[in-house]
Amino acid sequence: MNPEVEILLIAVVTSVACAMPGVFLVLRRLALVSDAITHAILPGIVVAFFLTGSLTSPLLVVAAAATGVLSVVLIEAVHRTRLVAEDAATGLVFPAFFSLGVVLVTRWAGKVHLDTDSVLLGELAFAPFDRFVVGGADLGPVALWMMSGILLLNLALIVVVSKELKLATLDPALAAVLGFSPVVLHYLLMTAVSVTAVGAFSAAGSILVVALMIAPPAAAYLLVENFRPMLVVSAVLAALGAVGGYGLARWLDVSIAGSMAVVCGLIFAGAFTFGPERGLVSQFRRRSAQRVEFAARLLAVHLLHHEGTEREDVECAVSNLNVHLGWSEPAVGRAVAFIVARGMTVDKGGVLHLTEAGRRFAEDLTAGVAQPGSV
Amino acid sequence: MDAAVVPAVEVEDLTVAYTGSPVLWDLDLQIGPGTRTAIVGPNGAGKSTLIKAVMGLIEPVAGAVRIFGKPGREVRGSIAYVPQRATLEWDFPTDVLDVVTMGTYGRLGWFRRPGPSERAIAEAALEQIEMSSFAHRPIAQLSGGQQQRILLARALAQDAEIYLLDEPFQGVDAPTERAIVRVLDDLATAGRTVVVVHHDLQTVAEYFNHVALLNVRIIAAGPVATTFTEENLRLTFGGRVGVLAARAGSV
Repeated sequence: MNPEVEILLIAVVTSVACAMPGVFLVLRRLALVSDAITHAILPGIVVAFFLTGSLTSPLLVVAAAATGVLSVVLIEAVHRTRLVAEDAATGLVFPAFFSLGVVLVTRWAGKVHLDTDSVLLGELAFAPFDRFVVGGADLGPVALWMMSGILLLNLALIVVVSKELKLATLDPALAAVLGFSPVVLHYLLMTAVSVTAVGAFSAAGSILVVALMIAPPAAAYLLVENFRPMLVVSAVLAALGAVGGYGLARWLDVSIAGSMAVVCGLIFAGAFTFGPERGLVSQFRRRSAQRVEFAARLLAVHLLHHEGTEREDVECAVSNLNVHLGWSEPAVGRAVAFIVARGMTVDKGGVLHLTEAGRRFAEDLTAGVAQPGSV
Repeated sequence: MDAAVVPAVEVEDLTVAYTGSPVLWDLDLQIGPGTRTAIVGPNGAGKSTLIKAVMGLIEPVAGAVRIFGKPGREVRGSIAYVPQRATLEWDFPTDVLDVVTMGTYGRLGWFRRPGPSERAIAEAALEQIEMSSFAHRPIAQLSGGQQQRILLARALAQDAEIYLLDEPFQGVDAPTERAIVRVLDDLATAGRTVVVVHHDLQTVAEYFNHVALLNVRIIAAGPVATTFTEENLRLTFGGRVGVLAARAGSV
């Protein structure tokens, strides 16, 4: 395989592997815990790196993931004292871990190949240099093998305990009552997040991993209404983010991990703006449609009110409506168009008259008003 | 209560404390099988805490809970619990049928996935509470009353001997209240034990046959006819709700 294909593959696998536990982080409102974990693993990574001399050794994954879980345990221990709120506890614990890691890195920076830049941002471009060689045969980059293994672990976790995770997320009390300990499930998930963060560390560093974990699931949440599609869409968007990010990095000759995070962010912005049900645009459209419909109802009632009265010609003249109802001319135009198009009103020489259907519609509306609280 | 009958729920010397001061103090309460019991008391009386302690969600400082004579922790799966609806994460992306199916998870245990028979149970539960047409509605779109009915359907899917409901009538519309009462009737007919944390003193006598008046301690407990008296209500709520007590006494 040529190095470029390898980098692309690592990017895609890393991105998808991050998105899987990310789905639960988003649904459990723990997005920022991923930030804490990805930072807290640093001292574990540094110490294990000194011992093993490799960023992709299995021992390093275990040691660093243990640090991540330890940080979660500490956050909850601090929070349980009731002296500090949970967000403050998070904000206290992870910088402590992270700064310890930074101190360790800078203290021995001269001796090891681990500088603060690659700690923060990762360096995907170097990933193909570290080969997985068995008995003289080159089986590809270690990072690809490791991230594929982590992706499989994450998928296995979701397949095996998706029912339990779902229940513990939706209703932790019932999960506890039925014997599915929310605490066990929480730590299972936190372990998965930690392992994934360590694996993705060499590719994406400790800050950008958060973007890969959170942005695709957050976008998927806005696009679909069920859990399983959300997993699938998250994976697809994560892969798209990786491919798009790699392309962007090649085109602009910039950091690959940075570009991936940017594209993931853009994908989220797209879902946020143009999501079919919950996007800003469709919400705006729905609200303005409701406004027109409401105005049309008021107009129908107004016409009914003045129907057959002496002043009907004045009150119900299209040209006077803006004054009588206190609406802008375009608003009147939209409301008139709405009820004329639905056959509730006819325009006779500039004066609106209700049709039979329109009269019934308006009478139904006023009947509802006359008896408040009737269901 | 007849000494020969094993109570469905038996609470003995139960004390629960959150930070120092007890929320429930040395509680003794027996709930007979097949009864419909309202737990009534002022805010902060420990009603929800009592339910949670029975469910094992809170570790008591002292005392014990027995379910049909057995220690509570052994048989909690046989109790269906309907929490206050605000405790759920209603933004979760799933539909009504899926949530109701969760009532069957206890029987399934770890790792086994719900299949057609679990789905059938959930559909039957939805039908019982007249929500069949909502089966595939995303739960994020439900009104408060609909949420409450879904939670009751989920409890029905548990097919338990004992049903514990925490304020099921809180802030629901009239059709929902009627639907819930109908289901409570069905459960009573089937000989199930129903315990409800209840706020509305006016309807206690109509919906329940037993009542436990609670204010940190049990003030009185027994059949509604003999226990739900003005005197006991005053002892429970204090003088400040004289009007309520008088009205309720006249029901």
